[in-house]
Amino acid sequence: MYSKEVNEHIANPRNVGDVENPSGVGDVTNQVCLDRIRLSIKVDNGILTEAKFKANGCPPTMAAASVLTELITGRSVKEAALMERTDIVSVLGRLPPAKMHCAMLAIDALQAALKGARRTV
Amino acid sequence: MKVYLDNSATTPVAPEVIEAMLPYFGDEMGNAQSVHSFGQRAKAALESARRQVAKLIGASATETVFLSGGTEADNLAIRGTAEAHREWGRHIITTQIEHPAVLATCEALEREGFRVTYLPVSGRGRIDIGDVRAALREDTILISIMQANNEIGTVQPIREVAEVVAEARQAGAKHLHLHSDAVQSVGKIPVNVSELGVDLLSVSAHKIHGPKGIGCLYVRKGIRLGKLLYGGHHERDRRPGTENIPAIVGFGRAAQMACEQLEDRARSTEKLRDYLERHITERVEGVRINGDPSNRVPNISNLSFEGVDGESLLIALDLKGIAVSTGSACASGSLEPSHVLKALGLPREVIRGSLRFSLSAFNTQPEIDFAISTLVETLARLQEMSAEG
Repeated sequence: MYSKEVNEHIANPRNVGDVENPSGVGDVTNQVCLDRIRLSIKVDNGILTEAKFKANGCPPTMAAASVLTELITGRSVKEAALMERTDIVSVLGRLPPAKMHCAMLAIDALQAALKGARRTV
Repeated sequence: MKVYLDNSATTPVAPEVIEAMLPYFGDEMGNAQSVHSFGQRAKAALESARRQVAKLIGASATETVFLSGGTEADNLAIRGTAEAHREWGRHIITTQIEHPAVLATCEALEREGFRVTYLPVSGRGRIDIGDVRAALREDTILISIMQANNEIGTVQPIREVAEVVAEARQAGAKHLHLHSDAVQSVGKIPVNVSELGVDLLSVSAHKIHGPKGIGCLYVRKGIRLGKLLYGGHHERDRRPGTENIPAIVGFGRAAQMACEQLEDRARSTEKLRDYLERHITERVEGVRINGDPSNRVPNISNLSFEGVDGESLLIALDLKGIAVSTGSACASGSLEPSHVLKALGLPREVIRGSLRFSLSAFNTQPEIDFAISTLVETLARLQEMSAEG
């Protein structure tokens, strides 16, 4: 039903947890399906040096959050801020049309975390 | 290890069933309607299978109609009754937790001017006989209530419904019929059409270790029924089309085995199911049993796990070789959660964390032990990932 990339992230999720002393945290919930992603990031000199997630939800939500942490680690805050859900979907191979919102939730978590980081910097 | 715990979806075909079917894909290729010897051998196989299926449900052979499966059986029962009796009434009673084959057929009839009462169920999934009585109207022509629910396994008091029907008939409701979808109960618990008092009963072969694409509708002698399909005079003029002899023979063999082994299968399956349930509830916190533990088929356990999504749990278990199903919203792309769990009045979080384990007599103790330990590990991992902690 899901791509092998999605399944792979379910079997081996990357960067699970909470960053210690994070620069920003994005904790977002989809009010329709109750899926939730909490992304915490560490920013150092404008670079995302660390990203971790915790999540509740269906496989695409978990996989999107997991992929996101890989995609943003090492990037500049500027680059990360420009990321879109398609960046996540392309790494996951594909998502069923009804599951595109899962990738969007990950982007929302990223935006919220970046907002928090800007405030603290 | 691969562990198949989704037997309410479909069951593995028994080796004896496969063996029984094979000749009918080969030399025994006759059309049961043909007069020559090929045809007559096919006819004999057809009628022998019919007796086996009839025996399983306590019917007489002439009261069984072979068709493509549970869905067609439900459609024929409901549409057939509606068509043949619409002049006397256009009201149908069913429940909110029926299989889509029943619900969608009723909805289609609503668009054609029928009125349908969808009875609510208790938190454990049982109907209230008082509700059946209250819903009855002068123009009610059909009550359709499943014997056992496919998601939670709750068994309905069909015999008591039949008593209500009998009373109503005595009071003059001679066009009132009782149908039961017994796809999930046949082969799991004793099912006898005369003891139950039903006029129509749906059975499917692939839920009892038979092949897919074949089922049967029991039609009590003398019942008038419209048709879904038009053609030849097969199946006592109730369902046209050249009989699917290999599948019917397989169905017959599966029914014979289910009949002979009913008690043994029920006992061993129930023992494994209860063991699974007991060990999960002991080892995992926040587990909820959905359905009615005191009125349940022996092979289904529907559990809800706190703080996890059923589909994520399903996929994670599948990657470890364990096949189960879920009533969680997201499964199969539909964003609607299970209508059955919704009808029980369960909160959204409970529905989303639901998982159905459905066993068969083919499951073994080592399989169940593996399933338990894998589930416990997987839950721990998902709960570690949970943002709610």
